[in-house]
Amino acid sequence: MENKADTSTVLKKEAKNPGKLTRMFLTLYDVFQFIVRFFREGFLPPYEGKELLRQCYDIGYRSLLLISTTGFITGMVFTKQSRPSLAEFGATSWLPSLVAIALLRTLAPLLTALIAAGKVGSSIGAELGSMRVTEQIDAMEVSATNPFKFLVTTRVLASTITIPILTFYTAMIGMLGALLNVSLSEGTSPTAFFQTALESITFLDITASTIKAILFGFTIGIVGCYQGYNSSKGTEGVGKAANSSVVIGMFLIFIEEVVSVQFFGLFRT
Amino acid sequence: MKQKKLTDSGLEKVIEIKGLYKSFGSFDVLKGVELDLFKGENLVVLGKSGTGKSVLIKIISGLLTPDAGEVLVLNKYVERISYRELLELRLKVGFSFQNSALYDSMTVAENLKFPLVRNQRNLSKGEVNRAVEEVLDSVGLLQTINQMPSELSGGQRKRIGIARTLILQPEIMLYDEPTAGLDPITCLEINNLINEVQERFHTSSIIITHDLTCAKAVGNRVTILLDGKFERQGTFDEVFITEDERVKPFYDYNFIQ
Repeated sequence: MENKADTSTVLKKEAKNPGKLTRMFLTLYDVFQFIVRFFREGFLPPYEGKELLRQCYDIGYRSLLLISTTGFITGMVFTKQSRPSLAEFGATSWLPSLVAIALLRTLAPLLTALIAAGKVGSSIGAELGSMRVTEQIDAMEVSATNPFKFLVTTRVLASTITIPILTFYTAMIGMLGALLNVSLSEGTSPTAFFQTALESITFLDITASTIKAILFGFTIGIVGCYQGYNSSKGTEGVGKAANSSVVIGMFLIFIEEVVSVQFFGLFRT
Repeated sequence: MKQKKLTDSGLEKVIEIKGLYKSFGSFDVLKGVELDLFKGENLVVLGKSGTGKSVLIKIISGLLTPDAGEVLVLNKYVERISYRELLELRLKVGFSFQNSALYDSMTVAENLKFPLVRNQRNLSKGEVNRAVEEVLDSVGLLQTINQMPSELSGGQRKRIGIARTLILQPEIMLYDEPTAGLDPITCLEINNLINEVQERFHTSSIIITHDLTCAKAVGNRVTILLDGKFERQGTFDEVFITEDERVKPFYDYNFIQ
Protein backbone atom coordinates (compact mmCIF):
# COMPACT_ATOMS: atom_id res chain seq x y z
CA MET A 1 0.00 0.00 0.00
CA GLU A 2 2.81 2.33 0.98
CA ASN A 3 4.80 1.40 -2.18
CA LYS A 4 1.77 2.10 -4.33
CA ALA A 5 1.40 5.51 -2.79
CA ASP A 6 5.11 6.20 -3.39
CA THR A 7 4.89 5.17 -7.06
CA SER A 8 1.87 7.36 -7.57
CA THR A 9 3.65 10.31 -5.99
CA VAL A 10 6.70 9.78 -8.20
CA LEU A 11 4.54 9.50 -11.35
CA LYS A 12 2.62 12.64 -10.39
CA LYS A 13 5.88 14.48 -9.79
CA GLU A 14 7.25 13.22 -13.13
CA ALA A 15 4.13 14.42 -14.95
CA LYS A 16 4.51 17.87 -13.45
CA ASN A 17 8.32 18.08 -13.72
CA PRO A 18 9.35 15.86 -16.66
CA GLY A 19 12.99 14.86 -17.10
CA LYS A 20 15.15 15.99 -20.05
CA LEU A 21 14.45 12.97 -22.24
CA THR A 22 10.70 13.07 -21.54
CA ARG A 23 10.70 16.79 -22.29
CA MET A 24 12.47 16.20 -25.61
CA PHE A 25 9.91 13.61 -26.71
CA LEU A 26 7.05 15.82 -25.52
CA THR A 27 8.46 18.71 -27.61
CA LEU A 28 8.86 16.47 -30.67
CA TYR A 29 5.27 15.29 -30.26
CA ASP A 30 4.17 18.90 -29.88
CA VAL A 31 5.99 19.91 -33.09
CA PHE A 32 4.41 16.94 -34.91
CA GLN A 33 0.95 18.02 -33.74
CA PHE A 34 1.72 21.60 -34.82
CA ILE A 35 2.61 20.42 -38.35
CA VAL A 36 -0.48 18.18 -38.54
CA ARG A 37 -2.62 21.13 -37.45
CA PHE A 38 -1.05 23.30 -40.16
CA PHE A 39 -2.08 20.83 -42.88
CA ARG A 40 -5.56 20.45 -41.37
CA GLU A 41 -6.20 24.19 -41.00
CA GLY A 42 -4.43 25.13 -44.25
CA PHE A 43 -6.75 23.20 -46.52
CA LEU A 44 -10.05 23.80 -44.73
CA PRO A 45 -12.16 26.96 -45.28
CA PRO A 46 -12.45 29.77 -44.39
CA TYR A 47 -9.27 30.94 -46.11
CA GLU A 48 -7.25 34.01 -45.14
CA GLY A 49 -6.35 35.03 -48.71
CA LYS A 50 -5.76 38.70 -48.00
CA GLU A 51 -3.42 37.96 -45.09
CA LEU A 52 -1.59 35.34 -47.19
CA LEU A 53 -0.92 37.94 -49.90
CA ARG A 54 0.26 40.43 -47.28
CA GLN A 55 2.67 37.87 -45.85
CA CYS A 56 3.97 36.94 -49.33
CA TYR A 57 4.66 40.63 -49.91
CA ASP A 58 6.37 40.97 -46.51
CA ILE A 59 8.50 37.85 -46.87
CA GLY A 60 9.22 38.10 -50.58
CA TYR A 61 9.31 41.70 -51.69
CA ARG A 62 10.96 43.06 -48.55
CA SER A 63 13.82 40.53 -48.80
CA LEU A 64 14.62 41.43 -52.40
CA LEU A 65 17.33 44.03 -51.75
CA LEU A 66 19.30 41.81 -49.36
CA ILE A 67 18.94 38.76 -51.58
CA SER A 68 19.87 40.69 -54.74
CA THR A 69 23.04 42.06 -53.17
CA THR A 70 24.10 38.70 -51.72
CA GLY A 71 23.25 36.78 -54.88
CA PHE A 72 25.12 39.19 -57.16
CA ILE A 73 28.25 39.23 -54.99
CA THR A 74 28.20 35.44 -54.60
CA GLY A 75 27.98 34.90 -58.37
CA MET A 76 30.80 37.35 -59.02
CA VAL A 77 33.13 36.09 -56.26
CA PHE A 78 32.48 32.42 -57.05
CA THR A 79 33.41 33.01 -60.69
CA LYS A 80 36.53 34.93 -59.76
CA GLN A 81 37.68 32.26 -57.31
CA SER A 82 36.96 29.38 -59.74
CA ARG A 83 38.82 30.87 -62.71
CA PRO A 84 42.46 30.10 -61.63
CA SER A 85 41.70 26.39 -61.12
CA LEU A 86 39.99 26.09 -64.50
CA ALA A 87 42.70 28.19 -66.17
CA GLU A 88 45.33 25.62 -65.14
CA PHE A 89 43.61 23.13 -67.46
CA GLY A 90 42.76 25.73 -70.08
CA ALA A 91 39.08 25.20 -69.30
CA THR A 92 37.87 28.73 -68.52
CA SER A 93 35.18 28.27 -71.18
CA TRP A 94 33.49 25.95 -68.67
CA LEU A 95 32.99 28.82 -66.23
CA PRO A 96 29.39 29.64 -67.25
CA SER A 97 28.36 25.97 -66.89
CA LEU A 98 30.17 25.60 -63.58
CA VAL A 99 28.59 28.74 -62.13
CA ALA A 100 25.12 27.87 -63.43
CA ILE A 101 25.20 24.35 -61.96
CA ALA A 102 26.70 25.46 -58.64
CA LEU A 103 24.20 28.28 -58.27
CA LEU A 104 21.13 26.30 -59.20
CA ARG A 105 21.95 23.07 -57.39
CA THR A 106 23.26 24.44 -54.10
CA LEU A 107 24.30 28.08 -53.76
CA ALA A 108 21.00 29.77 -54.61
CA PRO A 109 18.71 27.51 -52.52
CA LEU A 110 21.09 27.49 -49.57
CA LEU A 111 21.90 31.21 -49.66
CA THR A 112 18.27 32.22 -50.01
CA ALA A 113 17.19 29.86 -47.25
CA LEU A 114 19.91 31.03 -44.84
CA ILE A 115 19.14 34.69 -45.48
CA ALA A 116 15.42 34.02 -45.07
CA ALA A 117 16.02 32.03 -41.88
CA GLY A 118 17.82 35.05 -40.46
CA LYS A 119 15.49 37.74 -41.73
CA VAL A 120 12.08 36.07 -42.06
CA GLY A 121 12.41 33.36 -39.38
CA SER A 122 13.50 35.77 -36.68
CA SER A 123 10.82 38.28 -37.62
CA ILE A 124 8.06 35.63 -37.51
CA GLY A 125 9.37 34.30 -34.19
CA ALA A 126 9.58 37.76 -32.62
CA GLU A 127 6.23 38.95 -33.98
CA LEU A 128 4.25 35.90 -32.85
CA GLY A 129 6.20 35.73 -29.59
CA SER A 130 5.34 39.30 -28.78
CA MET A 131 1.69 38.69 -29.71
CA ARG A 132 1.67 35.68 -27.38
CA VAL A 133 3.13 37.48 -24.36
CA THR A 134 0.90 40.54 -24.80
CA GLU A 135 -2.13 38.22 -24.96
CA GLN A 136 -3.03 39.27 -28.53
CA ILE A 137 -3.25 35.60 -29.57
CA ASP A 138 -5.53 34.89 -26.59
CA ALA A 139 -7.62 37.90 -27.62
CA MET A 140 -8.11 36.33 -31.05
CA GLU A 141 -9.08 33.04 -29.40
CA VAL A 142 -11.70 34.59 -27.13
CA SER A 143 -13.21 36.61 -29.97
CA ALA A 144 -14.13 33.32 -31.64
CA THR A 145 -11.40 33.62 -34.27
CA ASN A 146 -8.93 30.86 -35.02
CA PRO A 147 -5.50 32.50 -34.48
CA PHE A 148 -3.67 29.47 -35.85
CA LYS A 149 -5.34 29.90 -39.23
CA PHE A 150 -4.77 33.65 -39.35
CA LEU A 151 -1.23 33.76 -37.98
CA VAL A 152 0.45 30.39 -38.55
CA THR A 153 -1.12 28.97 -41.71
CA THR A 154 -0.67 32.19 -43.67
CA ARG A 155 2.96 32.68 -42.65
CA VAL A 156 4.02 29.08 -43.30
CA LEU A 157 2.25 29.05 -46.68
CA ALA A 158 3.75 32.42 -47.60
CA SER A 159 7.30 31.32 -46.84
CA THR A 160 6.74 27.98 -48.64
CA ILE A 161 5.54 29.86 -51.74
CA THR A 162 8.01 32.75 -51.75
CA ILE A 163 11.30 31.00 -50.90
CA PRO A 164 11.30 28.94 -54.17
CA ILE A 165 10.58 32.12 -56.16
CA LEU A 166 13.36 33.95 -54.33
CA THR A 167 15.69 31.00 -54.96
CA PHE A 168 15.34 31.27 -58.74
CA TYR A 169 15.64 35.03 -58.46
CA THR A 170 18.92 34.60 -56.50
CA ALA A 171 20.21 32.17 -59.14
CA MET A 172 19.40 34.67 -61.88
CA ILE A 173 21.05 37.58 -60.06
CA GLY A 174 24.07 35.36 -59.26
CA MET A 175 24.39 34.59 -62.96
CA LEU A 176 24.39 38.32 -63.69
CA GLY A 177 27.25 38.75 -61.19
CA ALA A 178 29.13 35.92 -62.88
CA LEU A 179 28.46 37.44 -66.31
CA LEU A 180 29.89 40.76 -65.22
CA ASN A 181 33.06 39.05 -64.02
CA VAL A 182 33.41 36.88 -67.12
CA SER A 183 32.69 39.80 -69.48
CA LEU A 184 35.26 42.03 -67.80
CA SER A 185 37.96 39.31 -67.73
CA GLU A 186 37.40 37.53 -71.01
CA GLY A 187 35.04 39.72 -73.00
CA THR A 188 32.47 36.94 -73.34
CA SER A 189 29.17 38.17 -74.79
CA PRO A 190 26.00 37.77 -72.66
CA THR A 191 24.40 35.59 -75.37
CA ALA A 192 27.30 33.15 -75.43
CA PHE A 193 27.49 33.14 -71.62
CA PHE A 194 23.81 32.31 -71.09
CA GLN A 195 23.72 29.83 -73.96
CA THR A 196 26.59 27.82 -72.43
CA ALA A 197 25.15 28.14 -68.93
CA LEU A 198 21.61 27.06 -69.87
CA GLU A 199 22.82 24.12 -71.94
CA SER A 200 24.42 22.60 -68.85
CA ILE A 201 21.26 22.80 -66.71
CA THR A 202 19.05 19.71 -66.67
CA PHE A 203 15.40 19.24 -65.77
CA LEU A 204 16.52 17.31 -62.69
CA ASP A 205 18.53 20.33 -61.50
CA ILE A 206 15.46 22.56 -61.70
CA THR A 207 13.19 19.97 -60.04
CA ALA A 208 15.65 19.23 -57.23
CA SER A 209 16.20 22.92 -56.60
CA THR A 210 12.47 23.64 -56.50
CA ILE A 211 11.74 20.76 -54.11
CA LYS A 212 14.62 21.81 -51.85
CA ALA A 213 13.48 25.44 -51.81
CA ILE A 214 9.90 24.42 -50.96
CA LEU A 215 11.23 22.29 -48.09
CA PHE A 216 13.46 25.13 -46.86
CA GLY A 217 10.58 27.62 -47.02
CA PHE A 218 8.28 25.29 -45.12
CA THR A 219 10.97 24.69 -42.48
CA ILE A 220 11.62 28.42 -41.96
CA GLY A 221 7.89 29.12 -41.63
CA ILE A 222 7.11 26.24 -39.31
CA VAL A 223 10.12 26.79 -37.03
CA GLY A 224 9.48 30.55 -36.73
CA CYS A 225 5.78 30.08 -36.11
CA TYR A 226 6.25 27.22 -33.62
CA GLN A 227 8.80 29.16 -31.59
CA GLY A 228 6.76 32.37 -31.59
CA TYR A 229 3.34 30.79 -31.10
CA ASN A 230 4.55 28.81 -28.09
CA SER A 231 6.77 31.43 -26.52
CA SER A 232 6.38 32.40 -22.88
CA LYS A 233 8.15 34.18 -20.02
CA GLY A 234 7.63 37.78 -21.18
CA THR A 235 10.16 39.75 -23.19
CA GLU A 236 12.87 37.17 -22.49
CA GLY A 237 10.63 34.61 -24.20
CA VAL A 238 10.26 36.85 -27.26
CA GLY A 239 14.05 37.13 -27.59
CA LYS A 240 14.43 33.39 -27.19
CA ALA A 241 11.71 32.72 -29.79
CA ALA A 242 13.44 34.98 -32.34
CA ASN A 243 16.85 33.46 -31.60
CA SER A 244 15.69 29.82 -31.68
CA SER A 245 13.84 30.46 -34.93
CA VAL A 246 17.13 31.39 -36.59
CA VAL A 247 19.37 28.79 -34.93
CA ILE A 248 17.00 25.81 -35.30
CA GLY A 249 15.93 26.96 -38.77
CA MET A 250 19.54 27.15 -40.06
CA PHE A 251 20.47 23.85 -38.43
CA LEU A 252 17.53 22.07 -40.08
CA ILE A 253 18.29 23.70 -43.45
CA PHE A 254 21.85 22.28 -43.41
CA ILE A 255 20.54 18.82 -42.49
CA GLU A 256 17.96 18.98 -45.26
CA GLU A 257 20.66 20.11 -47.72
CA VAL A 258 22.87 17.11 -46.86
CA VAL A 259 19.95 14.67 -47.13
CA SER A 260 18.66 16.15 -50.39
CA VAL A 261 22.13 16.13 -52.00
CA GLN A 262 22.39 12.42 -51.20
CA PHE A 263 18.84 11.75 -52.37
CA PHE A 264 19.00 13.61 -55.71
CA GLY A 265 22.51 12.23 -56.25
CA LEU A 266 20.87 8.82 -56.66
CA PHE A 267 19.11 10.08 -59.81
CA ARG A 268 22.23 11.62 -61.36
CA THR A 269 24.30 8.45 -61.71
CA MET B 1 -22.67 52.88 -5.17
CA LYS B 2 -24.29 49.67 -6.30
CA GLN B 3 -25.83 47.69 -3.44
CA LYS B 4 -28.73 46.07 -5.29
CA LYS B 5 -28.35 42.31 -5.01
CA LEU B 6 -30.23 40.36 -7.63
CA THR B 7 -32.21 37.59 -5.94
CA ASP B 8 -30.86 34.11 -6.64
CA SER B 9 -34.26 32.38 -6.67
CA GLY B 10 -35.96 32.24 -10.04
CA LEU B 11 -32.90 33.60 -11.87
CA GLU B 12 -31.32 31.67 -14.66
CA LYS B 13 -27.71 30.57 -14.12
CA VAL B 14 -25.50 31.48 -17.06
CA ILE B 15 -22.30 30.12 -15.50
CA GLU B 16 -22.13 27.23 -13.05
CA ILE B 17 -18.78 26.06 -11.69
CA LYS B 18 -18.45 22.95 -9.54
CA GLY B 19 -15.37 21.56 -7.77
CA LEU B 20 -12.84 23.37 -9.97
CA TYR B 21 -9.17 22.54 -9.45
CA LYS B 22 -6.18 24.01 -11.26
CA SER B 23 -2.50 23.87 -10.49
CA PHE B 24 0.69 25.01 -12.26
CA GLY B 25 3.56 22.64 -11.56
CA SER B 26 3.50 22.02 -7.85
CA PHE B 27 1.57 25.22 -7.13
CA ASP B 28 -2.14 24.62 -6.50
CA VAL B 29 -4.09 27.72 -7.51
CA LEU B 30 -7.76 26.76 -7.44
CA LYS B 31 -8.79 24.18 -4.88
CA GLY B 32 -12.40 23.19 -5.38
CA VAL B 33 -13.99 26.44 -6.56
CA GLU B 34 -17.82 26.60 -6.62
CA LEU B 35 -19.43 29.60 -8.32
CA ASP B 36 -22.68 30.62 -10.02
CA LEU B 37 -23.29 33.66 -12.22
CA PHE B 38 -26.93 34.64 -12.67
CA LYS B 39 -28.43 36.21 -15.76
CA GLY B 40 -28.13 40.00 -15.78
CA GLU B 41 -25.90 40.36 -12.71
CA ASN B 42 -22.45 41.86 -12.25
CA LEU B 43 -20.40 39.56 -10.03
CA VAL B 44 -17.16 40.98 -8.67
CA VAL B 45 -14.39 38.53 -7.84
CA LEU B 46 -11.86 39.94 -5.39
CA GLY B 47 -8.65 38.42 -4.18
CA LYS B 48 -4.95 39.01 -3.67
CA SER B 49 -2.59 38.92 -6.66
CA GLY B 50 -1.66 35.39 -7.66
CA THR B 51 -4.72 33.75 -6.09
CA GLY B 52 -6.05 32.55 -9.44
CA LYS B 53 -8.71 35.13 -10.29
CA SER B 54 -7.54 35.54 -13.88
CA VAL B 55 -6.99 31.78 -14.14
CA LEU B 56 -10.65 31.32 -13.26
CA ILE B 57 -11.97 33.47 -16.12
CA LYS B 58 -9.43 32.00 -18.53
CA ILE B 59 -10.87 28.57 -17.69
CA ILE B 60 -14.40 29.91 -18.23
CA SER B 61 -13.45 31.17 -21.69
CA GLY B 62 -11.61 27.94 -22.54
CA LEU B 63 -8.13 29.49 -22.69
CA LEU B 64 -6.97 27.15 -19.91
CA THR B 65 -8.18 23.65 -19.11
CA PRO B 66 -9.01 22.72 -15.53
CA ASP B 67 -7.35 19.78 -13.77
CA ALA B 68 -10.70 18.71 -12.33
CA GLY B 69 -14.22 20.03 -11.95
CA GLU B 70 -17.05 21.20 -14.19
CA VAL B 71 -17.55 24.56 -15.90
CA LEU B 72 -21.00 25.00 -17.39
CA VAL B 73 -21.32 28.15 -19.51
CA LEU B 74 -24.69 28.83 -21.16
CA ASN B 75 -25.56 25.14 -20.68
CA LYS B 76 -22.35 23.88 -22.29
CA TYR B 77 -19.50 22.14 -20.50
CA VAL B 78 -16.45 24.17 -21.62
CA GLU B 79 -13.95 21.39 -20.93
CA ARG B 80 -15.92 18.76 -22.89
CA ILE B 81 -17.02 20.53 -26.09
CA SER B 82 -15.17 20.43 -29.44
CA TYR B 83 -13.02 23.35 -30.66
CA ARG B 84 -15.74 24.33 -33.16
CA GLU B 85 -18.37 24.41 -30.39
CA LEU B 86 -15.97 26.37 -28.20
CA LEU B 87 -15.60 29.01 -30.93
CA GLU B 88 -19.42 29.25 -31.14
CA LEU B 89 -19.64 29.61 -27.36
CA ARG B 90 -16.96 32.32 -27.37
CA LEU B 91 -19.21 34.45 -29.60
CA LYS B 92 -21.45 34.77 -26.57
CA VAL B 93 -18.68 35.29 -24.00
CA GLY B 94 -16.73 38.54 -24.25
CA PHE B 95 -13.32 38.84 -22.58
CA SER B 96 -11.73 42.17 -21.69
CA PHE B 97 -8.02 41.71 -20.96
CA GLN B 98 -6.06 43.42 -18.20
CA ASN B 99 -3.64 45.01 -20.70
CA SER B 100 -6.41 45.38 -23.35
CA ALA B 101 -4.52 43.07 -25.77
CA LEU B 102 -5.27 45.26 -28.78
CA TYR B 103 -3.68 44.09 -32.05
CA ASP B 104 -0.85 46.60 -32.24
CA SER B 105 -0.30 46.33 -35.99
CA MET B 106 -3.93 47.30 -36.73
CA THR B 107 -5.84 50.57 -36.37
CA VAL B 108 -8.73 50.86 -33.90
CA ALA B 109 -11.23 50.26 -36.72
CA GLU B 110 -9.33 47.16 -37.91
CA ASN B 111 -9.19 45.86 -34.33
CA LEU B 112 -12.97 46.05 -34.14
CA LYS B 113 -13.57 44.69 -37.64
CA PHE B 114 -11.28 41.70 -37.07
CA PRO B 115 -13.67 39.54 -34.99
CA LEU B 116 -16.77 40.84 -36.77
CA VAL B 117 -15.82 40.03 -40.37
CA ARG B 118 -14.57 36.60 -39.38
CA ASN B 119 -17.70 35.63 -37.50
CA GLN B 120 -20.37 37.31 -39.64
CA ARG B 121 -19.12 36.81 -43.17
CA ASN B 122 -22.46 37.76 -44.74
CA LEU B 123 -22.21 41.40 -43.60
CA SER B 124 -21.58 44.02 -46.28
CA LYS B 125 -18.70 46.49 -46.00
CA GLY B 126 -21.16 49.26 -45.12
CA GLU B 127 -22.79 47.20 -42.36
CA VAL B 128 -19.39 46.37 -40.86
CA ASN B 129 -18.36 50.04 -40.88
CA ARG B 130 -21.68 51.04 -39.31
CA ALA B 131 -21.30 48.41 -36.56
CA VAL B 132 -17.78 49.64 -35.82
CA GLU B 133 -18.91 53.26 -35.59
CA GLU B 134 -21.88 52.38 -33.36
CA VAL B 135 -19.83 50.38 -30.88
CA LEU B 136 -17.10 53.02 -30.80
CA ASP B 137 -19.74 55.65 -30.15
CA SER B 138 -21.13 53.55 -27.29
CA VAL B 139 -17.74 53.67 -25.54
CA GLY B 140 -17.32 57.36 -26.43
CA LEU B 141 -14.28 56.96 -28.65
CA LEU B 142 -15.53 57.47 -32.20
CA GLN B 143 -12.78 60.04 -32.77
CA THR B 144 -10.06 57.37 -32.37
CA ILE B 145 -11.32 55.22 -35.26
CA ASN B 146 -8.21 55.65 -37.42
CA GLN B 147 -5.65 55.75 -34.63
CA MET B 148 -3.14 53.02 -33.80
CA PRO B 149 -3.28 51.42 -30.32
CA SER B 150 0.12 52.93 -29.49
CA GLU B 151 -1.41 56.41 -29.87
CA LEU B 152 -4.09 55.77 -27.22
CA SER B 153 -4.03 56.35 -23.47
CA GLY B 154 -4.42 53.47 -20.98
CA GLY B 155 -8.09 54.27 -20.36
CA GLN B 156 -8.82 54.57 -24.08
CA ARG B 157 -7.16 51.23 -24.73
CA LYS B 158 -9.33 49.60 -22.04
CA ARG B 159 -12.46 51.07 -23.61
CA ILE B 160 -11.47 49.96 -27.11
CA GLY B 161 -10.78 46.48 -25.69
CA ILE B 162 -14.30 46.44 -24.24
CA ALA B 163 -15.72 47.75 -27.54
CA ARG B 164 -13.99 44.93 -29.42
CA THR B 165 -15.81 42.37 -27.31
CA LEU B 166 -19.13 44.24 -27.49
CA ILE B 167 -19.14 44.25 -31.28
CA LEU B 168 -20.01 40.54 -31.19
CA GLN B 169 -22.94 41.29 -28.82
CA PRO B 170 -21.99 38.80 -26.10
CA GLU B 171 -24.36 37.57 -23.39
CA ILE B 172 -21.58 37.28 -20.81
CA MET B 173 -18.69 39.69 -20.18
CA LEU B 174 -15.51 38.73 -18.37
CA TYR B 175 -13.46 41.72 -17.22
CA ASP B 176 -9.89 41.07 -16.08
CA GLU B 177 -8.73 43.93 -13.82
CA PRO B 178 -10.61 46.64 -15.77
CA THR B 179 -9.26 49.50 -13.65
CA ALA B 180 -5.71 48.29 -13.04
CA GLY B 181 -3.07 50.95 -13.63
CA LEU B 182 -5.56 53.77 -14.30
CA ASP B 183 -5.97 57.13 -12.56
CA PRO B 184 -9.04 57.58 -10.27
CA ILE B 185 -11.03 59.62 -12.82
CA THR B 186 -10.48 57.11 -15.61
CA CYS B 187 -11.37 54.34 -13.12
CA LEU B 188 -14.72 56.06 -12.55
CA GLU B 189 -15.27 56.27 -16.31
CA ILE B 190 -14.53 52.55 -16.70
CA ASN B 191 -16.87 51.71 -13.78
CA ASN B 192 -19.62 53.74 -15.43
CA LEU B 193 -18.94 52.00 -18.73
CA ILE B 194 -19.26 48.56 -17.10
CA ASN B 195 -22.64 49.58 -15.63
CA GLU B 196 -23.74 51.04 -18.98
CA VAL B 197 -22.79 47.81 -20.75
CA GLN B 198 -24.86 45.84 -18.24
CA GLU B 199 -27.91 48.06 -18.74
CA ARG B 200 -27.66 48.63 -22.48
CA PHE B 201 -26.52 45.21 -23.68
CA HIS B 202 -28.18 43.18 -20.86
CA THR B 203 -24.99 41.27 -20.18
CA SER B 204 -24.08 39.13 -17.17
CA SER B 205 -20.54 39.87 -16.06
CA ILE B 206 -17.70 38.63 -13.92
CA ILE B 207 -15.37 41.45 -12.93
CA ILE B 208 -11.96 40.45 -11.61
CA THR B 209 -10.40 43.19 -9.52
CA HIS B 210 -8.73 44.14 -6.28
CA ASP B 211 -10.04 47.71 -6.53
CA LEU B 212 -12.83 47.94 -3.90
CA THR B 213 -14.12 51.24 -5.33
CA CYS B 214 -14.71 49.43 -8.59
CA ALA B 215 -16.26 46.47 -6.72
CA LYS B 216 -18.65 48.76 -4.85
CA ALA B 217 -19.59 50.71 -7.97
CA VAL B 218 -20.28 47.85 -10.36
CA GLY B 219 -21.01 44.71 -8.34
CA ASN B 220 -24.50 43.38 -7.67
CA ARG B 221 -22.70 40.62 -5.81
CA VAL B 222 -19.15 40.37 -4.48
CA THR B 223 -17.09 37.31 -3.65
CA ILE B 224 -13.55 36.83 -2.35
CA LEU B 225 -11.12 34.17 -3.47
CA LEU B 226 -9.13 33.04 -0.44
CA ASP B 227 -6.70 30.11 -0.46
CA GLY B 228 -8.06 28.78 -3.76
CA LYS B 229 -11.73 28.86 -2.74
CA PHE B 230 -14.58 31.37 -2.59
CA GLU B 231 -15.08 32.03 1.10
CA ARG B 232 -17.54 34.92 1.27
CA GLN B 233 -20.33 35.96 -1.11
CA GLY B 234 -23.02 38.62 -0.96
CA THR B 235 -23.49 42.34 -1.42
CA PHE B 236 -20.48 44.57 -0.81
CA ASP B 237 -21.57 45.32 2.77
CA GLU B 238 -22.41 41.69 3.54
CA VAL B 239 -18.91 40.67 2.53
CA PHE B 240 -16.96 43.47 4.18
CA ILE B 241 -18.79 44.00 7.47
CA THR B 242 -16.73 41.31 9.14
CA GLU B 243 -13.93 40.76 11.60
CA ASP B 244 -12.33 38.12 9.36
CA GLU B 245 -8.60 38.99 9.39
CA ARG B 246 -8.19 37.67 5.84
CA VAL B 247 -10.83 40.11 4.53
CA LYS B 248 -10.38 43.22 6.67
CA PRO B 249 -7.02 44.28 5.14
CA PHE B 250 -8.69 44.65 1.71
CA TYR B 251 -11.20 47.12 3.09
CA ASP B 252 -8.76 48.91 5.34
CA TYR B 253 -6.24 49.44 2.53
CA ASN B 254 -8.79 50.76 0.05
CA PHE B 255 -10.93 52.94 2.30
CA ILE B 256 -8.85 53.86 5.33
CA GLN B 257 -5.26 54.14 4.15
